Amino acid sequence: MNPKDQNKYEEPNMVDTPLHHPLDDLLRTDRIPHIWCPGCGIGTAFSACLQAMRTSGLDLEKTVMVSGIGCSGRGAGYVKLDSYHTTHGRAIPFATGMKLANPDLNVVVFSGDGDLFAIGGNHFIHAARRNMALTVVCVNNFTYGMTGGQVAATTPYQAKTTTTPRGNHEAPFNLPLLAYASGATLIARWTILHARDLTECLKQALQHSGFSFVEILSPCPVNYGRRNRQSALDMLKMFQDKCIIQNNASPADLEMDFAKRIVLGKFVHVQRPTCIETYDKTCRLADFSKGKAA
Amino acid sequence: MGFWRIPLDTTDIDIARGRVHILEERCKGCGYCIEFCPKKALAFSSKFNQKGYHPPYMIKPDECVNCHYCEIICPEFAIFSVEVEPAEEKQA
Repeated sequence: MNPKDQNKYEEPNMVDTPLHHPLDDLLRTDRIPHIWCPGCGIGTAFSACLQAMRTSGLDLEKTVMVSGIGCSGRGAGYVKLDSYHTTHGRAIPFATGMKLANPDLNVVVFSGDGDLFAIGGNHFIHAARRNMALTVVCVNNFTYGMTGGQVAATTPYQAKTTTTPRGNHEAPFNLPLLAYASGATLIARWTILHARDLTECLKQALQHSGFSFVEILSPCPVNYGRRNRQSALDMLKMFQDKCIIQNNASPADLEMDFAKRIVLGKFVHVQRPTCIETYDKTCRLADFSKGKAA
Repeated sequence: MGFWRIPLDTTDIDIARGRVHILEERCKGCGYCIEFCPKKALAFSSKFNQKGYHPPYMIKPDECVNCHYCEIICPEFAIFSVEVEPAEEKQA
């Protein structure tokens, strides 16, 4: 390759002016480049989330991002909005408290599968049951990436991890089914490869009034892929080959099995009174506010 | 990109043109933009950035149709494209 060719198309007036990425105004650029490994999909999921926030028409002054612990939990540190990095598994209860204290806020929970479904599993099912008006974005990388690639509740059957060197003998969670059974009112699953559909879906999730849950499948090349002989690109090509888009599919048919196929799409989008609405209707009666007993 | 038949309105359609900007110091060399560019207009360059990765460069700058896919697939906020006005393209 001739080094001269590489510079042939650089405009002379562009060389000195610093370039600004279109999402730079939503990023704490002093912390970029971020800590995520080369080929990690969290950056793409995060970028889709920021793009969806930008286009959703929400007041970003009243939008907060909450995340738990883990690689994806670092997201809260990179967004230039009010953001909170909470204790392990407690992103959803923290967000619930914030929403109840100030119902004007748009609360986005951006966290990983281990944080939301293993350590914080109980909080997820109860927030979905109450239909708390939160947007939960779960980056599912099939492992505990930050701690060294241990087996997680979402690790596919037979996948190798540091703690299952002969392959995982357990079945993984079907997260959309769990969300459906718990009562979530918007449920979707995409991969980082389907970034356009993902962004559109996140936008709908942000505008949705109830509990919305979006699962994003993402490669973890260093701690999951490496032990399964898969590079980041292999994983994305597998997403390309194995994934089919089937909107409104039954949540029971969405098991994670890379030997068969992975169903993507928006599965559930219904309206149900939110936690705050039902609370106001039941407990904040007009008589109470006037100081009389009901 | 091949068509199995030529669309009837091919002559009436103005194809958008884009110019790709690469923030080389942010790149970690994952190769997503190179692999998934629908026009295969990007390739790894031979030079290194400060962190020791090979950032991409445009091998076919005239092919870019400003689809923004490199921009949305990039996990590093390191690449984006802007639309080039047809008039601007003629001048350049």
